[in-house]
Amino acid sequence: MPHAAIVQRLIAAHPPRQDALLPILHAIQDELGWVPPKATTAIAQALNLSRAEVHGVISFYHHFRTSPPGRQVIQLCRAEACQARGSEALEAHALAALGVGYHQTTADGAVSLEPVYCLGNCACGPSLRVGDQIIGRVDAARFDRLLANLREELP
Amino acid sequence: MSVRVYVPADTTALAVGAEEVALAIAAGAAARGVSIELVRNGSRGLFWLEPMVEVATPAGRVAYGPVDVADVPGLLDAGFLTGGDHPLALGPTDDIPFLRQQERLTFARVGVVDPLSLDDYAAHGGLVGLRAALAMSASEIVQAVTDSGLRGRGGAAFPAGIKWRTVLGAPGIEKYVVCNADEGDSGTFSDRMLLEGDPFCLIEGMVIAGLAVGANRGYVYLRSEYPRAWSVVNAALKRAREAGLLGDDVLGSGRAFDIEARLGGGAYICGEETAMLESIEGKRGQVRTKPPLPAVKGLFGKPTVINNLITLASVPVILAKGAAFYRDFGQGRSLGTLPFQLAGNVRRGGLVEKAFGLTLRALLEDFGGGTASGRPIRAVQVGGPLGAYVPPADFDLPLDYEAFAARGAMIGHGGVVVFDDTVDMARMARFAMEFCAEESCGKCTPCRIGSTRGMEVIDRIIAGDERAANTALLQDLCSLMTDGSLCAMGGMTPFPVQSALRHFPADFGLDSGEAQ
Ligand SMILES: Cc1cc2nc3c(=O)[nH]c(=O)nc-3n(C[C@H](O)[C@H](O)[C@H](O)COP(=O)(O)O)c2cc1C
Ligand code: SF4
Ligand code: FES
Ligand code: FES
Repeated sequence: MPHAAIVQRLIAAHPPRQDALLPILHAIQDELGWVPPKATTAIAQALNLSRAEVHGVISFYHHFRTSPPGRQVIQLCRAEACQARGSEALEAHALAALGVGYHQTTADGAVSLEPVYCLGNCACGPSLRVGDQIIGRVDAARFDRLLANLREELP
Repeated sequence: MSVRVYVPADTTALAVGAEEVALAIAAGAAARGVSIELVRNGSRGLFWLEPMVEVATPAGRVAYGPVDVADVPGLLDAGFLTGGDHPLALGPTDDIPFLRQQERLTFARVGVVDPLSLDDYAAHGGLVGLRAALAMSASEIVQAVTDSGLRGRGGAAFPAGIKWRTVLGAPGIEKYVVCNADEGDSGTFSDRMLLEGDPFCLIEGMVIAGLAVGANRGYVYLRSEYPRAWSVVNAALKRAREAGLLGDDVLGSGRAFDIEARLGGGAYICGEETAMLESIEGKRGQVRTKPPLPAVKGLFGKPTVINNLITLASVPVILAKGAAFYRDFGQGRSLGTLPFQLAGNVRRGGLVEKAFGLTLRALLEDFGGGTASGRPIRAVQVGGPLGAYVPPADFDLPLDYEAFAARGAMIGHGGVVVFDDTVDMARMARFAMEFCAEESCGKCTPCRIGSTRGMEVIDRIIAGDERAANTALLQDLCSLMTDGSLCAMGGMTPFPVQSALRHFPADFGLDSGEAQ
């Protein structure tokens, strides 16, 4: 199904009120991995908002992406409790292993890297998230294994 | 009869391998022809022992942990399904000292019950508080919460009963109850654990709040960083509706209450209550100016009770056992219990629900057992990213809201993050400013611009560039942020910064006189 049709279907599943905006954005990103620019127009029309208003909301929240991510997104926890357990070394390793910075995607399109501030796994960090899975006690070796697995799983 | 085996499906348990362990136990038992009933409970909060597996024996539940998937065949050989001995055996769960020494009121069922079973919930004391509340007037419920001494567990510690009284007294038939489950503070996970381990407790607390203030609709605002909690809360809401705990006729009382869960968007500021209301309304999460208070003009402009998840989840036990029972725990004006969260570089990390008044040292040493690295503790940050860094000299401070405030610190949501002696406190101070710059809602200049300036000034101090002058500048900047910010994001970011300067000047290349 083309993006436009998916977006229309997801919008139609919600009431046409402004407070449905975040649920709609979540539904779109869950399905497409990002929120395409054309969705902004469609949502604005459906909720009777200006495009600028919808865009303002999308850009405010770190969660929403306005460009397509890699096939997997790794979120690394940068918050204090993970720092206390060595997340800065993991971060340095991850950035080097992937050869990208935060908010960037590896050249092969496999992995995007994002920062996150706490995943609620603060006694068993360093923590990261891939999809809806949170992984604890991640060190460099574990990160490399995870990366190898992710690359293998990819189509 | 089949054996009941508990393998937690809590985020932390899953993060260290509980799913693989559950699958291996199921497969191993089947291969041996043993019939088991696998319960995916919440966590008991003994995170260094996760995945912690429990088995129900005639003598009660016994625990094994931390169980690696490779341990499962050996456990089966040792007969752990009948409580057999094994190097990972921990004995009766309730006798594990970390657990036995707690006072679990709000967390009484977490890790014990099947989170999505209403039968289990009722069998372990659930719904008693709600049934009591249904027999009371709104004003009587508010009075019970007031008398219990319960204060907001989200950070500011405002008396819950007083807030409820304002909403009850506000005119209007349309009112709301909003549960703040944004839990943005690093080092905290109590909201998450309760939601994953005992979601009906929150639902019961919110229904009681609705009865108390005259609201028939509630929202749970959950952060998007908690995918597991999101799926549990939605499943629980569905079951509660099916069972008539929510809906047009709550438990056959003729009273209506329903709850919708909403997912945040990865913005720390949306934990601030008015930014949260904006977010639920579908707007940017920018802080509103007060007044009007949300209690008078809140969600969609209507009177709204906003409470932290733990505040609301503490209400059922108060109604079930009475205000006097609850306020018997604690000391001074800090009454009841708080689920403290031990995090970071700590040997025994996890959840410790205790009455207020124990010392920070007791929490760190008796429960926490020192650092995970085995090195000395150098600092702990209490109360999240806006909380002060506390040095060992202050570890005898009792965990009491007023005692902490008197030392320029705060208990907040009860997170305690432990750092060993390899920490560089100048970098932690810089991180506090960086976090504020990243998460500021942008409404006021001292916070939005001040935090970026703060990062730059700390960088110059670290680089040894005009240290004394730049330290004076940093102190001025902190005062400006404290005095000129609209909310605690900008207003309290100076807490970690100034406490780091005060207690650890050497990390900034300063001597103690220069740091002030
Ligand atoms: C920047 C900022 C972040 C906050 N984050 C949270 C949070 O994640 N959870 C929470 O319950 N309260 C948070 N609060 C406090 C809320 O504004 C509010 O005081 C609280 O939800 C009221 O509930 P309580 O009285 O039960 O604590 C935050 C406040 C500020 C200024
Ligand atoms: S202090 Fe910061 S987060 Fe709070 S209202 Fe001002 S700009 Fe927004
Ligand atoms: S821009 Fe939002 S996390 Fe970096
Ligand atoms: S600080 Fe990393 S999971 Fe909480």
